[in-house]
Amino acid sequence: MTTSSIDLEWKRFTLKERLSRFSVYLIIVMSLLWSWQSVEVIYEFLYDAPEQLVDMFERMTPLDYASYPTTIHDALIETLHIATLGTLITLIFAVPLALLNAPNITPNKALNWIAQFFLVSTRSINSLVWALLFIALFGPGVIAGIMAIAIRSIGFVGKLLSEALAEVNMGTIEALKATGAPWGSILVKGYWPQVMPAFYSIVLFRWDINVRESAVLGLVGAGGIGVVLNDAQNLFQWPKVAMVLVSIFAVVIVAEIVAIQIRKRLI
Amino acid sequence: MGSTSSNAIKINNLHHEYVAGKPVLKGINIDINESGIVAIIGPSGTGKSTLLKCINRLNDPSDGEILFDGEDLTKLKGQALRKIRRHIGMVFQEYNLVERLTVLENVLSGRLGYMSSWDAWRRNYKQEDLKQAFELLDLVGLTEFANQRADGLSGGQRQRVGIARAVMQGPYLLLADEPTSSLDPKTAVEIMELMETFAQRNDIPVLLNIHDVNLAKRYAKRIIGMANGKVHYDGPPEDISEADLKVIYGGESWME
Repeated sequence: MTTSSIDLEWKRFTLKERLSRFSVYLIIVMSLLWSWQSVEVIYEFLYDAPEQLVDMFERMTPLDYASYPTTIHDALIETLHIATLGTLITLIFAVPLALLNAPNITPNKALNWIAQFFLVSTRSINSLVWALLFIALFGPGVIAGIMAIAIRSIGFVGKLLSEALAEVNMGTIEALKATGAPWGSILVKGYWPQVMPAFYSIVLFRWDINVRESAVLGLVGAGGIGVVLNDAQNLFQWPKVAMVLVSIFAVVIVAEIVAIQIRKRLI
Repeated sequence: MGSTSSNAIKINNLHHEYVAGKPVLKGINIDINESGIVAIIGPSGTGKSTLLKCINRLNDPSDGEILFDGEDLTKLKGQALRKIRRHIGMVFQEYNLVERLTVLENVLSGRLGYMSSWDAWRRNYKQEDLKQAFELLDLVGLTEFANQRADGLSGGQRQRVGIARAVMQGPYLLLADEPTSSLDPKTAVEIMELMETFAQRNDIPVLLNIHDVNLAKRYAKRIIGMANGKVHYDGPPEDISEADLKVIYGGESWME
């Protein structure tokens, strides 16, 4: 037996690492305290919140079922149309931008960055803000809603698609290149089969998000179920408000189920 | 189908470096006129793959010329390069099939260089191409797999598809980059036999990288031994000496 003088004690972190970890925790706690102070909660409003909740529930029930066929149904369908058309229009912009942003397809740094700029800028602005912009352009209504959904989704769809494109097996692409295939054929026979499941998955997921987003867009006058919700709220028709909320909830659930089923069959 | 032009391929003083100042190929001269298997042997990292990829220009060589079908391949660009690539089939170590397409479509993709992207998108394959694809599937023994997806196949089956795709191009020359290295010994022999079959059937040279010396000796008509980015041996398999192999692979402990 030889006893070596090597210190066999194992430490997970060095002193420097421990200090830096401790300071990260400290910063998190301090920023929590600081933000709590700066929100200036009015505690009087908090205390009677349970009372208000019961009161609102009483005013909302029973649901105004009669309003569904007269106003809510059409608005709901309009909301679905906004989400679907918006998602389709997104693709017109998102697919070319994704191709430009994927470095293996567009080996040009400048073009990659230009595409990146559009992808980031479209998704950094909330769809409500886009809706306000488009209402100013096209006037209030469905078109503004569709465009808000479409532009807002470009960044999401484009970014995820370009990531999927960047991760394809380049060996396959090399093999098709070696056959003398033109660029377009490499795209449709090499890249497309590899990214197709991701593509449909991304589009369905975004459609699913857009159904929910378009339900809110009406609040600023961009068409759909949100308009009905906003009107009912302004007129204190609480049973109708409740009916709208339940309808939106039902549609979101159904959309989710549909999306899951389609995704399952595609992959 | 296949036809051998006289002087199938001639490589003159080919140099290549990925990083400036670190050459991988240091003046390669190879002249291939005959059909049949020509095996390039040598250790990993000696530039065998680089050499093959320089021929069909998946790599751009730094210097030298490659004469093929009346053109200097190193000078070609764009459309002209694509046109000539159609006549150089390539088989890969990792098969490089389009996994989500069927076996038949993978074989047909050997014709992509001859059709427009629009026709490729609409799967508008020519009747004669379809006929040839089925013929090739029959030759490689995969007829009953025609409509199966390529990702369901074993390694050996995938390589057969890879070979069929390369032959589908109607090549004047076949390149194969370590076609047997990912396969078990028995399958490796079958793949080599298939390569030999197509070399004879189409009367074309097959230039392949291989690190299994015995397999190379068994099937190749000619062996090119590479060491340090240069051709050390070029001749018939029976004339390669142990001394040559020592130079090519370095050391001798591996030979026992």
